[in-house]
Amino acid sequence: MQFFGGSELSPSPPTPTGTGTENNSHMIYIFNRNGVCLLYREWIRPLHTLNFQQDHKLMFGLLFSLKSLAAKMDPTCADKGNLGVPQLPGQGCSFHSFRTNTYKLNFMETPSGIKFILVTNPGTGDLRETLKYIYNLYVEYVANNPLYTPGTPIRNRSNNTRHHTFPSLF
Amino acid sequence: MAAIYSLYVINKSGGLIFYKDYGSKGRMDTNDSLRVASLWHSMHAISQQLSPTTGCTGIELLEADTFDLHCFQSLTGTKFFVVCEPGTQNMEDLLKAVYELYTDYVLKNPFYEMEMPIRCELFDINLTRAIQKDRVALLGR
Repeated sequence: MQFFGGSELSPSPPTPTGTGTENNSHMIYIFNRNGVCLLYREWIRPLHTLNFQQDHKLMFGLLFSLKSLAAKMDPTCADKGNLGVPQLPGQGCSFHSFRTNTYKLNFMETPSGIKFILVTNPGTGDLRETLKYIYNLYVEYVANNPLYTPGTPIRNRSNNTRHHTFPSLF
Repeated sequence: MAAIYSLYVINKSGGLIFYKDYGSKGRMDTNDSLRVASLWHSMHAISQQLSPTTGCTGIELLEADTFDLHCFQSLTGTKFFVVCEPGTQNMEDLLKAVYELYTDYVLKNPFYEMEMPIRCELFDINLTRAIQKDRVALLGR
């Protein structure tokens, strides 16, 4: 059963509204609710500021804080918790992307707390559908894999091949 | 149609120097607005660390479910950010206009101390005028 109520796994990902036909994406991260990085793939990343462990921690921390900020700054909700209180997935307002001059970060959190982050070129459009597609791939190949222990990094071979071919489909 | 919910100005150290709410239900008290401003300052800095390429100057737009946040950082590190309805256009121009007002009515004010909260009447008057003009233009569309 698909979380987002879609039908069978679609054969090709949705075409995002972006510019150009070249590879748009820089990296992808998948975190679980405890901050364990389940998957990290990079395709184009000329600059590495920190080592991988610190980079993952920084990314998770940034997302946690930005979610907290978005929930607090929500202009349509009068009564909010205090800043910094951990929010349940789906509780309060959450952000779905942010853009800087050099990259755009697209974010999606599932009700089980799995966070999908795709870092792309700044000109990319709304990638929420694409992230849902990636989530469906995750459900299909990882969550449904009887040999996969939840909370450990993803090592499934067929999932990796999928992820390698995926950015070329942008 | 498209509305501005609030406007913040933070100094180069991350301290809030100006906060104006334009009628959102999420109006914050002083302490909360200070915390939110400092948090934004830190997030802005961290986002530069995570860039895959060089030359990143920080978050310019944050899109959430119920609002968008546009941020403009001047060369001196002063940040102007506005919380508005999702999909509001021309916020970058508005922020640049606010920056011009800041340089004219705050920085050129001889009694204004740098990095301190803004208490300049002319800035408030002209800012309200600029926001209203923006609102009228947006509603007129």
